[in-house]
Amino acid sequence: MMPAPILRIENISKRYGKKDVLQGASLEVNKGDLKILIGPSGAGKSTLLQCINFLVKPDEGRIWLDEQEVHYAHKRDLYAYRQKVGMIFQDFNLFDHLNALENVRIGMVKVKGMGKAEAGERAVMELERVGLGDHMQQYPAQLSGGQKQRVSIARALAMDPKVLLLDEPTSALDPELIGEVHAVIRDLGNNGMTMIMATHQIGFARSLASEIIFMEDGRILERGTPDKIFNHAENARTRGFCSKITELYGER
Amino acid sequence: MPGSLIAIGDALPYLLRGSLVTLIVVIGAMGLGLVLGVPLAVGQVYGHPALRRVIAVYVWFFRGIPLLVLLFLFYFGLCTALDINLSAFAVAIVVLGLISSAYQSQIFRGAILSLPEGQFKAARALGMSDLKAISVIILPQAIRLSVPGWSNEYSILLKDSAVTYALGVAEIMARAHFVATRTYQQLPLYFAAGVIFLILTWVGTKGLRLLEEKVRIPGYSTHGL
Repeated sequence: MMPAPILRIENISKRYGKKDVLQGASLEVNKGDLKILIGPSGAGKSTLLQCINFLVKPDEGRIWLDEQEVHYAHKRDLYAYRQKVGMIFQDFNLFDHLNALENVRIGMVKVKGMGKAEAGERAVMELERVGLGDHMQQYPAQLSGGQKQRVSIARALAMDPKVLLLDEPTSALDPELIGEVHAVIRDLGNNGMTMIMATHQIGFARSLASEIIFMEDGRILERGTPDKIFNHAENARTRGFCSKITELYGER
Repeated sequence: MPGSLIAIGDALPYLLRGSLVTLIVVIGAMGLGLVLGVPLAVGQVYGHPALRRVIAVYVWFFRGIPLLVLLFLFYFGLCTALDINLSAFAVAIVVLGLISSAYQSQIFRGAILSLPEGQFKAARALGMSDLKAISVIILPQAIRLSVPGWSNEYSILLKDSAVTYALGVAEIMARAHFVATRTYQQLPLYFAAGVIFLILTWVGTKGLRLLEEKVRIPGYSTHGL
């Protein structure tokens, strides 16, 4: 028997003015999956991710986490749900007035109501896990891009999320810093973290994804294993995009 | 010349007690302006459009009417009409505080808007309510960014406080005027009053500069490039 998906997204649509940025996107994510969203800019990848934790309110569609429908109009449900769905942003969005340790701790203290000492211990653990044990007292302005992104991953992990959403986590990084962030994400995947990630890093996507989802113009056009999408795509648009992006970003 | 120095020397203790009154008025007004200015700024940035309009009218009102008019309007007008028994001193603090809240709200508003909006998003993504994200993430940074603006606000309030002399508040100007008209030593006394204001401005802006340095976020400079 197939296990029930941990996250189910049905028919999410969003329009800004006259422009449909998302048209009926549906997705089922099982525990431990790494779904990778690819597609040109403006395809709706980022909007889809932000709709999943309701930072952008979808106009239509429903979402279930652990078979419980999310009633996002109820603030209490929404805040509880967001704790379980971590978000990693392209430009990190660390809290500039807090050092690395405080950045990771603040969610546990202010949202979960944990004590400072206990939350601090957990924060230390999460920062060590992403290899930043030596940088805990440093402020965002004193960290490199790769370090900032790792702090933001630690910040999300400290909330014990069931699913992690990653919105082009390495797009704002210098090429030589991408590896350290990829290593952390790879580690998470190996430890069974469920993730949905938008990225242009095709080599990385190929080697790790359980499924690749190709989006264009607010629609999911095709989905399948990396092998299927990159080597035997059915849709001409998918094939065109994949060959272009492999030329640009491909590692192998 | 010795006569002038003697006149200043004689009046100095009296003037210095006046500077204490001036300082209490200024600090009281700045405090009131801060307490009201922060929620006004938050309301103007994040509030419902109707609330924003109300706040815009409030700001327009207190920035648009001359201080002297507002002082008379509140002290001789409102207090009498509503039968409120407030001292000139208290009215001075309230009126200057309300005006300052209008100006300070714009300092905070600018500071809030200058923060990258991603931080607010990230805070909500952690499960914070809007209000919590504003109080825990946005305001601590916005208030830090507002300290340089306060220096401006402080020196303006300090100078404006001299106008409360018109209500009979016993601050520096009122006292200098009182002694000057009795002793006919106008030049030395008004000169002394001016010097006291200059010293208070210097001390205050220096203090705020130190505060700015003290609350600086590591990795950011306060000294320009």
